[in-house]
Amino acid sequence: MSWSWFRISSLVTRSALAKPATRLYPFEKRKPYAKTRGHIKFKINDCTFCTICATKCPTDAIVASKNDKTWAIDHSLCILCGNCVTDCREGCIKLSPQPWPPMLTKEVLTFRKDYGEPPPAIIMPR
Amino acid sequence: MSNTTIIPFGPQHPVLPEPIHLDLELDDERVVQALPSIGYVHRGLELLAERHDFIEMANVAERICGICSFIHGQGYCQAIEQLMGVEAPPRAVYLRTVWGEISRIQSHILWLGLSADALGFESLFQHSWRIREMLVDIIEETTGGRVIFGVCKVGGIRKDVNDETLRSVRRRIGEIRSAFDEIANIFRQDATVKKRTVGVGVLSAEDAHALGAVGPVLRGSGIARDMRQLGYAAFGDLDWEPVVEQAGDCYARCIVRVREVDQSFDLITQCLDRMPAGEISVSVKGKRPTGEAMFRLEQPRGEVCYYFSANGQKNLERFRVRTPTFANIAPLVHMLKGCELADVPVIVLTIDPCVSCNER
Repeated sequence: MSWSWFRISSLVTRSALAKPATRLYPFEKRKPYAKTRGHIKFKINDCTFCTICATKCPTDAIVASKNDKTWAIDHSLCILCGNCVTDCREGCIKLSPQPWPPMLTKEVLTFRKDYGEPPPAIIMPR
Repeated sequence: MSNTTIIPFGPQHPVLPEPIHLDLELDDERVVQALPSIGYVHRGLELLAERHDFIEMANVAERICGICSFIHGQGYCQAIEQLMGVEAPPRAVYLRTVWGEISRIQSHILWLGLSADALGFESLFQHSWRIREMLVDIIEETTGGRVIFGVCKVGGIRKDVNDETLRSVRRRIGEIRSAFDEIANIFRQDATVKKRTVGVGVLSAEDAHALGAVGPVLRGSGIARDMRQLGYAAFGDLDWEPVVEQAGDCYARCIVRVREVDQSFDLITQCLDRMPAGEISVSVKGKRPTGEAMFRLEQPRGEVCYYFSANGQKNLERFRVRTPTFANIAPLVHMLKGCELADVPVIVLTIDPCVSCNER
């Protein structure tokens, strides 16, 4: 049997002796890069409810209302294009590098001016 | 009475990740003919162009395919810019070229891994994908996305890359290149790969030309045709030649991809050397596309054609995409005639089928 059958053997031996190439995911998390598009972060205090972000959103994930003073986002619809971030005149929409936690149910996060920020998402154990 | 049997191959098949459907007519273990049927994952993305703003449509164009996402977005934006008479700034053009080539490398390495999996060579599959992961990290660091880049827009690009990141990209591309060389030698020389691919699914240069094959299938049959020769983006300024192999079998198509990965590393280095400074986008406010245009560019899988028809409104009148997989189905059916049933997954995989992008 010729050597050509064992071309990969040196690579396999080396990787068998080396540390694993993967991470122990839920316990060991990689820090996201500065540019990573994780999720849309919103601060209601500066918002003037101009609704430009809702108009510019290609998937209609953002719904804003001037009358009710509410701003809502559906994270399952958001494609993280960043249009709302660049078009927000008040700078109250930011792109956070931290990925949004997996959702067990489809939920819309609603902000209302008088009520402040909604509580953080709760991750239920499976 | 005929002695042939018809067995369905796909759309759900353990070897192929793509939902391609073929009805194989078999005489004993030999394929007499293969009948493809498409439409299993049709999503109606072309029709969306009539409902969405042409600027928003760049996001949809990127989602035509998961692997060549950036190149679809790039093609769409370049064609709209051509229709509007706008020219993207040189830095945007060079960065688009770099991302396009990174996208080509990750697609080819993904394919090499899948082909090793189809051959039953699991460890080579895992090592290929380990190298691909390093590239996906570069993509994430420079664009913010891992699969959907989301940086291409009509008039340029959304995000600039600073010089420090570009230096780090150059260093890491060098590391990935040396890691890939080891894998490439296994693909070139290993007997397991050769036993399964040499002389299997042969497509002659005449047949490849007559049946309209594109991309690595065409170049694997000895025809030097690559849409990058048209000189779109920055390819007109770079020094390169299309990769050609003469044999026309599965092994030749595999080697074309291995060599194209090396070539793309070269192209990225050349782009980084000549990276111009300046603006990254021009404003297209108030401009609307008008008229008709055809645009061709080279994806990892081959030549893709876009047809645009616009009448000065905010929605396009018609947006049509002819993806490389569609062009490669006729050569595939030709290659399958007379092959063994066990070789069918390997032959189907060598055209690098992307069925969801084919059916849009």
